[in-house]
Amino acid sequence: MQRVGAIALNTFREAVRDRVLYNLIVFALLLMGTAILFGQISIGVQKLILVNLGLTAMTFFGLAIAIFIGIGLVYKEMDKRTLYALLSKPVRRYEFILGKFCGLALTLLVNILLMSVGFFLALYYVKRGFDAADLPLFSAIYFIFLQLLLATALALLFSCFSSPVLSAAFTLGLFITGSFAADLRELSEALEAPWLEGLMQAVYYAVPNFSNFNVITSAAHGRAVPGALLWGNTAYGALYIGIVLLASMLIFHNRNLK
Amino acid sequence: MAIVEITELTKDYLRGFWRKRPHRVLDHLNLSIEEGEIFGLLGPNGAGKTTTLKLLLRLIYPTAGTARLFGRPLGDIDAHRRLGYLPEAPYFYDYLTAREFLDYCGQLFGYDKVERRRRVGDLLERVGLVEAADVALRHYSRGMLQRVAIAQALINDPDLVFLDEPMLGLDPVGRREVRNIILDLKARGKTLCFSTHILADVESLCDRVAILNRGKLHGLGTLDEILPLKAQGSEVLVGEASPALLEALRPLADTVHTAGDKLNLLVADAKLYPVIDCVRQNGGRLLAVNPVRVSLEDYFFQEFGTEKVPDLLDKE
Repeated sequence: MQRVGAIALNTFREAVRDRVLYNLIVFALLLMGTAILFGQISIGVQKLILVNLGLTAMTFFGLAIAIFIGIGLVYKEMDKRTLYALLSKPVRRYEFILGKFCGLALTLLVNILLMSVGFFLALYYVKRGFDAADLPLFSAIYFIFLQLLLATALALLFSCFSSPVLSAAFTLGLFITGSFAADLRELSEALEAPWLEGLMQAVYYAVPNFSNFNVITSAAHGRAVPGALLWGNTAYGALYIGIVLLASMLIFHNRNLK
Repeated sequence: MAIVEITELTKDYLRGFWRKRPHRVLDHLNLSIEEGEIFGLLGPNGAGKTTTLKLLLRLIYPTAGTARLFGRPLGDIDAHRRLGYLPEAPYFYDYLTAREFLDYCGQLFGYDKVERRRRVGDLLERVGLVEAADVALRHYSRGMLQRVAIAQALINDPDLVFLDEPMLGLDPVGRREVRNIILDLKARGKTLCFSTHILADVESLCDRVAILNRGKLHGLGTLDEILPLKAQGSEVLVGEASPALLEALRPLADTVHTAGDKLNLLVADAKLYPVIDCVRQNGGRLLAVNPVRVSLEDYFFQEFGTEKVPDLLDKE
């Protein structure tokens, strides 16, 4: 575990030194702008706008980091041959994959935490206080983090066997498809051709169901996230991430590092 | 005792876009490296040297054959605790400083903070990077990176060190420093295996060599056993040569080249002592006498006739 930790911390350090956390400045400016710009509207509407904009921005800033760093996690080390010296040490290949994933997960966690602080400060500025209706926002942010972990695992998987451009396209494609997973299911039910229905069902079950993680709108309205959804999404995310990481490890284990 | 045992090690790569065909880059290699020796893998680019090292380090997997390091099968993680590796043309994380990078390497071996600090400090001193230790690697020159690469290969005080083209891209001072480090490691009882295509490196360092070409082993043993001395010939370097000395030497030497007041002569063994006498009598200064060895290039032409020496771009 010490080796995984060392690789993870080094990945985190790389992200920080690559000025990845600079996105926080943009995020902060966006929130401040929103809070001031919509300062004249009634508090209820202002909160709705702030929550929707803030959490959506949090998702996309995080997604940009997950994808653009994730796709280079393994590829860059192979391309620049930094891996050679690393794997000649007593490091197992699966430890490398796990370390890389944990490193980016830590980067995203720090990022999300800092963005959350900014977000709640902006919310406080708008509402001049917090109440029970704000509690679902924590669940929404937790789900955003789960989505980002899922996207990271996917980017890492593609990074094990394809170029960064293709990896980015695949990950983004899956994110978009997965965000419309619920629509895919509805579409499959509406289709008349059985094979097409079957195909849609298969795609629905295969792609990561990102749509289940999106509770931003209901959280903005102060509606509590059901416990079943919390546990369900946690279990689903953990299982999906586990499977994707396992696939990454298998692919990477069998690769010749030419 | 053999520290490295290679048995029938073979590696094929699939080539081609539509119809993939196997391309053999290493062909049934058999050799062993004994404890405490400096072993050279010698051959032109594309000979299979790097492939051999990568196979031993499980960076790539063999198509057939096996190898053992310290008596353990390839991939055994415990063997990796006792070895070091200097990759060819190394490149490291450019956002780290040398000290941070070496510390990171130490973490991968599980050393605690105090131990890492001690090892990193010692190594930085040994490779002459103390002053640049806290500068980001992206600002390092090629030679400095090579020193970092050597330091990371030695972080665990390994018993066996693999060096892939350790002199590549270094200036004469850098080459001498690397050579001294290699000799120092041997003096400490370490086993070294390095690949090179430069004969001079092998001549000055190796106890035994393996000559590879196109993935096949063409010679194994000491350099004298493999590359015979050219029939009765020596290269004689003379300084402070007067025109009279030059004229006196012309009939004795096979070839004469002048550079300023220096003469470079190729002399048959039968005439070596007359040449030395002539230099002494005419007030010249004898600077060097070296037996002329078959060059690697000559060796390959002799071994393979008119066959072209392998292409530099032939991928290993």
